[in-house]
Amino acid sequence: MAASLRVDRARCEGYGMCAELLPEAIELDDWGYPIVRDGVLPEHLRALAERAVEVCPVLALRLVSPERMRSTLHSRSLAPHTALRSHGGG
Amino acid sequence: MSESLMWYATRGAGIVSLILLTVVVCLGILTSVRWQRRGWPRFLTAQLHESISLLSLVFLGIHIVVAVVDPYTSLGLAAMVPFASGYRTIWLGLGAVALYLVLAIIGTSLIRGWLGHRAWRIVHWLTYAAWPIALVHGIGTGSDTSAIWAWVLNAACVVSVLAATAWRVWFADSAQTEISRALPALERD
Amino acid sequence: MTVNAVLATATTTIERRLLAGQPFAAGPESWDQHRARLGELPRCAGPAAIIPSIERSGLIGRGGAGFPVGRKWRSVAERSRRGAVVVANGAEGEPRSAKDRALMHLRPHLVIDGGLLAAEAIGAEELVVYVGSEHGEAVRSMSRAVAERGGRDAVALRLVEAPHGYVSGESTAVVHYLNARDARPTSTLERPFERGVRSHPTLVQNVESLAQAALIARFGDAWYRDAGRGRTRGTALVTVSGPVRFPGVYEIEYGITMAELVAMTGGPTAEIGTVLIGGYFGGWGSVRDLWEVPLDPVDLAEAGLGFGCGLIGLLDADACGVRATERIVHYMAAESARQCGPCIFGLGAMAAALERLGGCRPLPDDLENLARWSAQIVGRGACHHPDGAAALLTSGLRVFADEFNRHQRGHCAHASLRAGEV
Repeated sequence: MAASLRVDRARCEGYGMCAELLPEAIELDDWGYPIVRDGVLPEHLRALAERAVEVCPVLALRLVSPERMRSTLHSRSLAPHTALRSHGGG
Repeated sequence: MSESLMWYATRGAGIVSLILLTVVVCLGILTSVRWQRRGWPRFLTAQLHESISLLSLVFLGIHIVVAVVDPYTSLGLAAMVPFASGYRTIWLGLGAVALYLVLAIIGTSLIRGWLGHRAWRIVHWLTYAAWPIALVHGIGTGSDTSAIWAWVLNAACVVSVLAATAWRVWFADSAQTEISRALPALERD
Repeated sequence: MTVNAVLATATTTIERRLLAGQPFAAGPESWDQHRARLGELPRCAGPAAIIPSIERSGLIGRGGAGFPVGRKWRSVAERSRRGAVVVANGAEGEPRSAKDRALMHLRPHLVIDGGLLAAEAIGAEELVVYVGSEHGEAVRSMSRAVAERGGRDAVALRLVEAPHGYVSGESTAVVHYLNARDARPTSTLERPFERGVRSHPTLVQNVESLAQAALIARFGDAWYRDAGRGRTRGTALVTVSGPVRFPGVYEIEYGITMAELVAMTGGPTAEIGTVLIGGYFGGWGSVRDLWEVPLDPVDLAEAGLGFGCGLIGLLDADACGVRATERIVHYMAAESARQCGPCIFGLGAMAAALERLGGCRPLPDDLENLARWSAQIVGRGACHHPDGAAALLTSGLRVFADEFNRHQRGHCAHASLRAGEV
């Protein structure tokens, strides 16, 4: 069953253990917070990813279905007109 | 089993438990302050913390089982109920309390995924109660307490945990300061 | 800035719709006046009739994202069993936008009608009117309007004052505040339309969108589609700020050009250099490029910009673009909910670097870092606040490229170093 990695951004506190265990899919930004590679997680990384999910001290990392990921409108485009939700709420 | 063997086993296992629990507490604190070195990643600290805590349960188990069945002390299962035993009631009672706290802490950690982070965290704070209670239990019930090696050992455990805790408090404070300094203050009229 | 002071008297090219009715100076329209002018809200044959009509109209959301309203109502209706909730979002946290508070102040019953219509469409039992507490006139007007309704509607109606703050109007923040008195965005996987207020499916809809829907219910989707010059149909409220004779809230047809809009406002009072479109969540464009571009979300998207909340902030040519960008990013950084690392540290670093650049005392890699950080923080917060700030900064780096380069080398072309309010 295909899965994608998702970080609960409000919970994440930048421990960085996920990036240590799974450097192929996660790297850290200038301030120690994870940047997760988009898309479906390759199967050969699955076991490591599950370990990373378990080890996170604040349980911020999750494996979710790719459909679920797509439905959370997080567009990586900078252009404001694409899929961005606003602060005026609808 | 010879009586003195059981007596040594329970004391020995108890001491090893205390040492392991001290290491576990220190590793837990090192995890929270994000300690790392080249070649020693943060996840290693976290995983060791977990593994050693499980190991400490083994020695804790031996310590308790042997103490309960030992005919010399004839503690019996009353020892498992806090403050119900006649033998060194208070000190032994504290041991039982520490045991249950440790079981709760480790138990909730094993089901952390289902329990959720918030509930797990609240129980985990009990570590700061469990460890000193275990230490005091050891000092109170231990027949070796007056020996120099025991004194040195207990002192070393106390110093480690105090130092680690102080480091943690300082770290938490400076992280908070860093966050509030990172952003400009809200300007509201 | 009271609402009446910001409304000007210029006319649009077609008849007013949202702002039709008595003169603005007369203040809020009462329920009696509202019903006398527009009649009762039609009791439609239920959700099956309402939603297709809204879908056919092509009505898009006015909160900033421009999401099709009909589709949004449909997705909530599909999940709603009992106890769904409609929230009329009038938080308007965007400091320079005044259109929502103007609408709530002057035509509160149109907003409530739209909310009730949505409630009927999705099978909701409660309508919450969520008004920014700092918008005094709008709060008073909506409170009075809710009281005038006197609990006679089938749907429970209540007013909630939103805490002051840029992010308090974000959908998950709205739900969070209604559930737990905490107006910070949440990062749960489930969106409000699935699980919102009291765990029920919740429709969070901008007040202008609801008001437009209330008009569609009365006059039909064909009537709605009658307005509009280009691919996007209908009218929209915009807020014009900056050096024009009559800054304020206007109702325009989608597709009029920037030139026409500025003419409507009585013309410029200084030479205009750049425009901020869509609010602090939007982007900069040079007036040269934008003068003839239709103010239509589709055309603006093709130009790399967005209609957003309809804020058109004009910056005079004399003002320093670097300082103008700095002011906005500084504000966005201060307004962070402080939940997510990339937002806290990313916006913080950006604001600090911009402050140094603004004062012409940058560190050697400040300019380079700004570009890198903007790309790095996108999509990595619980909400889109960092994305908005990054998008604004990126467009500023592009439109004011010369000025930024000059500042990085330690000097500013604008003698007075005036920031320019936008």
